[in-house]
Amino acid sequence: MSSVATTQIKLTPERPRASTRARLQDALPKIVLAPSFAITIVFVYGFILWTIYLSFTNSKTFPSYVITGSRAYQRLWGWTFDSDPPSSWYTSITNMGIFGFLYIGICLALGLFLAILLDQKIRGEGVLRPIYLYPMALSFIVTGVAWKWFLDPGLGLEQTLHQWGWTSFHFDWIKNKDFVIYTVVIAGVWQASGFIMAMFLAGLRGIDGEIMKAAQIDGATTFQLYRRIVIPLLRPIFLSAFIVLAHLAIKSYDLVVALTSGGPGGSAWLPSNFMYEYTFKRNEMAVGSASAVIMLMTIVAIIVPYLYSELREKPR
Amino acid sequence: MLRKLLIGTALATSFVFSAHAADVKEVQMLHWWTSGGEAAALNVLKGDLAKEGYAWKDVPVAGGGGDAAMTALKAMVAAGNYPTASQMLGYTVLDYAAAGVMGDLTETAKKEGWDKAVPAALQKFSVYDGKWVAVPVNVHSVNWLWINKAVMDKIGGTEPKTFDDFIALLDKAKAAGVIPLALGGQNWQEATMFDSVVLSTGGPEFYKKAFNDLDDASLKSDTMKKSFDNLAKLVTYVDPNFSGRDWNLATAMVIKGDALVQVMGDWAKGEFHAAKKTAGTDFLCYRFPGTDGSVIYNSDMFAMFNVPDDRKAAQIALATATLSKSFQSAFNVVKGSVPARTDVPDTDFDACGKKGMADLKAANDGGTLFGSLAQGYGAPPAVANAYKDVVTKFVHGQIKTSDEAVTELVKAIDDAK
Repeated sequence: MSSVATTQIKLTPERPRASTRARLQDALPKIVLAPSFAITIVFVYGFILWTIYLSFTNSKTFPSYVITGSRAYQRLWGWTFDSDPPSSWYTSITNMGIFGFLYIGICLALGLFLAILLDQKIRGEGVLRPIYLYPMALSFIVTGVAWKWFLDPGLGLEQTLHQWGWTSFHFDWIKNKDFVIYTVVIAGVWQASGFIMAMFLAGLRGIDGEIMKAAQIDGATTFQLYRRIVIPLLRPIFLSAFIVLAHLAIKSYDLVVALTSGGPGGSAWLPSNFMYEYTFKRNEMAVGSASAVIMLMTIVAIIVPYLYSELREKPR
Repeated sequence: MLRKLLIGTALATSFVFSAHAADVKEVQMLHWWTSGGEAAALNVLKGDLAKEGYAWKDVPVAGGGGDAAMTALKAMVAAGNYPTASQMLGYTVLDYAAAGVMGDLTETAKKEGWDKAVPAALQKFSVYDGKWVAVPVNVHSVNWLWINKAVMDKIGGTEPKTFDDFIALLDKAKAAGVIPLALGGQNWQEATMFDSVVLSTGGPEFYKKAFNDLDDASLKSDTMKKSFDNLAKLVTYVDPNFSGRDWNLATAMVIKGDALVQVMGDWAKGEFHAAKKTAGTDFLCYRFPGTDGSVIYNSDMFAMFNVPDDRKAAQIALATATLSKSFQSAFNVVKGSVPARTDVPDTDFDACGKKGMADLKAANDGGTLFGSLAQGYGAPPAVANAYKDVVTKFVHGQIKTSDEAVTELVKAIDDAK
């Protein structure tokens, strides 16, 4: 860009107005980008640094700027091993493990399965695809409230089936401290699997039909075809879908609040709930910040290897 | 390139910051009283101020609710943009006062005689370092039973005087096929009920030591263990579907006659009134058995910020109007609470309100007026929430025995202190 501008200046030295204009043109993209760049610098990276700083202070209700050491981290570390009775932090991180694993795993499996089914050149695909995709258009709050009513034993599924005469039916996971986190998984999967399906479907459509035909001529069964050829070819989609799902899982906050309002005895908390609760309700800003930093580190641990593998020069 | 970016940035951001001027004849108020009855009650205050020539301006809060308002307020105060006053609870007032952003209403307080009229226990939160920084709007008390009278008559129950009476009454309801106890399984509701259980089990002296002074020996005593056992007994009388239920839905169960009784603060009375029920004929209000004579309170406060001098007149007008006898009576009749000063006539109040006012006066005189730990008037929020954690984990079974509960309680409170 700038080389173009300088040649213009050289070509037209007798018209200084044009040179100002050229310079302005040269700078325009940067000026236009500057506000969003600044906003990102300040409100994302600036506040990340601020949060890290606060986690080493004794901030309570208001931020305090006196560094007092890593007591917040020590407390979190202590809570990490408080499993009987479970501390809120222990509950949060074990729930994160359960939720993250099942949510990502089931979404990927279900999304791939639905995509393969839809890819069989069936009639009515144009109708079915948006039906699966639409839950993604809802906010987590709507999903949470809808599933809360549906799963509530006194209102939803159980009550309805009882009225229809199946009185032995019993499904009270949402009221059960040991199972409530699985209801969060159910609602989350319902919402995101259609989107993952769309990603896989796009991937499937991008596979060269010649390869498939060649494999069929060589006598591959349908199962072998998918197992040996299609799924390995979809590897980049798996990676993208994983990244999308992983960050959705780590930042899930509203779903837990809307669906369970924290669950019986706080048994549905995720780290994000812990962070909000400690920072804003309990006036323990340092502990809240420390937990936010740990969440950030978790995301970094996932994103950095991904970025590395994407940006690194491919040998070949 | 970097320099150009920075210059562009400076240009882009400079217009964002513009001076924020406030009208001197205006009361800027941050509050979350937006529901029907509460909003109507506030209109009385707006009218009073309008008569003196002050306009009322609500500070908008997205999302409603106290948590959202407190988050918004934190941002406003951090930016140096103080509202005239804000609704606030308990220790939050003291936190803001310690941060040095509160105004000083001591002169007005002297002139109006607040020192004598407002109960001493409340002044712990409205007076900081000898200065009046907030005005209490009302006094709620949490050690109440709310009973459906029709159900009570059907099972032939009478007012329970002791905890054992109460259990016997709940048994009767169970035998009659009614849900005995309406409870919402959210941590603050469980802890609010436990406040009353502790007062009933250990008596006023014990409650004060354990939940206001946070005395270690009391917290780990056998009396506390017994309190947890009593709580466990009560929890056996709730319906299986109670977890996560909102408090007003639990009140609705009592109103409809699906359940016999709810243990809840007197804001529950607002729900009965909204359903057109009358105290004494449709529903009954008793003190939690074994707590007669003591009051566990919480109170809504209007905290007064250190606004510039030209806005102080409006602030004083607001504070004076808030603590005026006429507003105290009019507001609290609607809200279900009792006036924050003990010299207001009780003529407009219903039976429960009259009892509440008499109890408050007696408790104030007798030194048995205690802050509710569950409602954030017994200890700072970090401790109060640690306490709620333990109670809710006990109710929902993560903590299995009362022995373990006591150990956890001491540990959690020490950790949060």
